[in-house]
Amino acid sequence: MASAAGLAVVTPATAEEAAAALRDAGPVRIRGGGTKGEWGRPVDGVAAELRTVWLGALVAHHAGDLTAVVQAGLPLREAQASFAAAGQRLALDPPDGGASGTGAGGADGATLGGVVATGDSGPLRHRFGAPRDLVLGVQVALPDGTVARAGSQVIKNVAGYDLAKLMAGACGTLGVICELTVRLHPLPEGWCTAVARGSDPRALAAAGSALARLPLEAEALDLRWEGDEGLVLARFAGRAAREHAAAAARALALDCDLVADDAPLWEGQRARQRGACVMRVSATQRRLGDVLAAARDEGATAVARVAFGLAWLRLPGGDPAGASPAADEALAAAVARLRERLAPSPCVLLSGSAALRAQVDPWGGIDAPRLALMRRVKERFDPAGRCNPGRYGEGL
Amino acid sequence: MDRSLIAELRAACGEEHILVDRHALRAYESDGLLQYAVVPRAAVLPGSAEAVVAVVRACRDHGVPWVARGSGSGLSGGALPVAEGVLIVLSRLRRILEVDLEDQRVVCEPGVTNVAISAAVGPTHFYPPDPSSQIVCSIGGNVAENSGGAHCFKYGFTTNYVTGLEVVLPDATVVQLGGREADLPGYDLHGVFVGSEGTLGIATKVTLRVVPAPESVRTLVAFFDSPAAAGQAVSEIVAAGVVPGAIELMDRLSIDASEQMAAAGWPRDAGAALLVELDGPASELEARFGEVTSICELARSREVRVARDAAERDVFWKMRKAAFPAMGRISPHYYVQDSVIPRTRLAEVLSRIDELAAEAGLRVANVFHAGDGNLHPLVCYDGAVPGEAERAERLAGEIVLACVRAGGSITGEHGVGVDKKRYMPSMFEEPDLAAFQSLRCAFDPTGLANPGKVMPTPRLCGEVPGPYRRHPLEAAGLAERM
Repeated sequence: MASAAGLAVVTPATAEEAAAALRDAGPVRIRGGGTKGEWGRPVDGVAAELRTVWLGALVAHHAGDLTAVVQAGLPLREAQASFAAAGQRLALDPPDGGASGTGAGGADGATLGGVVATGDSGPLRHRFGAPRDLVLGVQVALPDGTVARAGSQVIKNVAGYDLAKLMAGACGTLGVICELTVRLHPLPEGWCTAVARGSDPRALAAAGSALARLPLEAEALDLRWEGDEGLVLARFAGRAAREHAAAAARALALDCDLVADDAPLWEGQRARQRGACVMRVSATQRRLGDVLAAARDEGATAVARVAFGLAWLRLPGGDPAGASPAADEALAAAVARLRERLAPSPCVLLSGSAALRAQVDPWGGIDAPRLALMRRVKERFDPAGRCNPGRYGEGL
Repeated sequence: MDRSLIAELRAACGEEHILVDRHALRAYESDGLLQYAVVPRAAVLPGSAEAVVAVVRACRDHGVPWVARGSGSGLSGGALPVAEGVLIVLSRLRRILEVDLEDQRVVCEPGVTNVAISAAVGPTHFYPPDPSSQIVCSIGGNVAENSGGAHCFKYGFTTNYVTGLEVVLPDATVVQLGGREADLPGYDLHGVFVGSEGTLGIATKVTLRVVPAPESVRTLVAFFDSPAAAGQAVSEIVAAGVVPGAIELMDRLSIDASEQMAAAGWPRDAGAALLVELDGPASELEARFGEVTSICELARSREVRVARDAAERDVFWKMRKAAFPAMGRISPHYYVQDSVIPRTRLAEVLSRIDELAAEAGLRVANVFHAGDGNLHPLVCYDGAVPGEAERAERLAGEIVLACVRAGGSITGEHGVGVDKKRYMPSMFEEPDLAAFQSLRCAFDPTGLANPGKVMPTPRLCGEVPGPYRRHPLEAAGLAERM
């Protein structure tokens, strides 16, 4: 079998096979559901593509303990369906992993391994954190041919180094995540979202921040900007969801609706984190108004997680099918303008044509001492550069 | 010890902030785990991040190992000095550098106490991780141990709140890991650093996320005939989708001990007390509180008492927090364990602990964070009775192994340190330990940072394997690779 790029395809069915493939098959590109394969720099000089498609089992669901052991290649959507049958969920809702999905990438959507490896997240980040915060244990195939485990199967553990944190967000450059133990949460009985509208990006962001400072226990608290108008969205879960949303609406003091059938709204938030050219901005709460204003001025769509100061900007003109040198040049200029305007907030180019990602550093620069430490870690775990070589830059 | 090293340490920290006299050094020979004591060659109390760098550089230049120490309240011997090394005491670095409620961040030095963070951001905000030692324990120590506390079932651990660190690496370089912002490009090295028990470097600045303080808090205590019955109530509360701010269980022996100290008037013949605290929006709380009360009653609680006011709530918590110190009233000595089990195995593991205690002829009191299955068995013994201390230690070890066999962990919040490193092989196999060592070597290739902790046996770091390079002999045409 060969991949679209003409690479040999390796499909290990066990962690041991994955480790052997890393040791023996030469440098590999790692692929889960294929929904985020383009994130970061294009990988260099790989001989094969390692797919986690046969590492797709739900190993155990300990419903009473609210934990589960899941193989990395299991689509998040399938895992969620199993958990939901027991009234539970993995409180992680990145794009491409929801019940209805957003249609991007492979038909099955994102895999749990891919979500963790990229550190991707959705609106539930507000209450439950990023993948790093929900992973209790990890099993990883390493380039030296061994399989290592770290963490545990219980929700509280401090024994050993937290390699799950190291692997979460490493974009597959240190090993292949094969299995994950995750913490689950009860599925709430219902939701309600307070939606406020505004046409001033800074006032809108300030209203969102004011909510973030109240003891409301929202499940999600987002901003959206599109065209000349924006939204604050505060979602509440549980039996008293409507009451809480109403309290949020009163606190917002803006033109506000309460939406009980709010799933499409949040699906819309997730969908706006994807596109042919998307940039993730790591800002702070107080700078989100500037980020929305910058999005408006560039004709970009924005969504933001208020409490974390995180925003995703979808730039106009990024059509993968019609990618042309001229379009890429315009996008590169837009990325440069945004980076300059939003500095020092890091702006990571998540998706874009290969030509664009070769033209601008997708990571936007990592400061030298930290980059040096990353290299030291990479040299210890993957000295020969077998795992997604170059994803984080030369030799990383 | 090399006189020039001492001179360099003195230059870095100032004459009055270095101890070399053996008698004076005895103050630092142990941390909170008094079973272990080692007098270091020197102790320094640097007064700035720059001084920490200078101390680490001096140690690096002289090849001398060092151990960082915060308040010294740790319970795993993680800050136990090494005899030939320098103890770096961070208690003078106790400034809160910035309180930024607009971004909901606090930047502080490592010697700041845990409780000072909540005090600095109150009453609107708070810092959730709250180890029982929070009045004295330091944020730097919390970072090293990834400290938890009573409220972590709902709110998470230190690692969920540290967003950035300034770290002095063992080669004396300074690196910023993470920051105020989330999802910075690159590896999550601040996530890796939290919980690394002082073996990867010294945090000299810590950036923490703080969150809005709950609108209201309600607390109850329910008494049961046995810990197993109370444990069943815990499972039902959690299954009902209630996420208590805290949910703590005490058994008869610990109730008895705490009563002698806190005198809350709890029934001494109760088999177990379950302390449940709910926090959140007032409107939600009433309904949830009623739900918890009826779950406890259905689970055959013999009595449910609701704290009527803040004063009574304080008394309830005093009972729980007194459990460790109060043990001294019923036993001359005790040995604390910190194992974790899947919550559903509670009844089974507790009866196993009872069996093991009976076999050893010792009493074991149980206090635990019931939501997350973190047990703190207190093995009572009398050190004056020959052989009893050894028996207690053996029993404590058997309890740890019973918890691991039930699918749990050797430590939930106290850390491995020196005390539990011998149990590491019960949880981890050789490739796991090798991967841990790879990480450690990336940060500390010369092994000077807190040596002898965490890993079950001492290991050295090899050379970085590195990509293939031509050997000089090959380059000179004197040898060939086959």
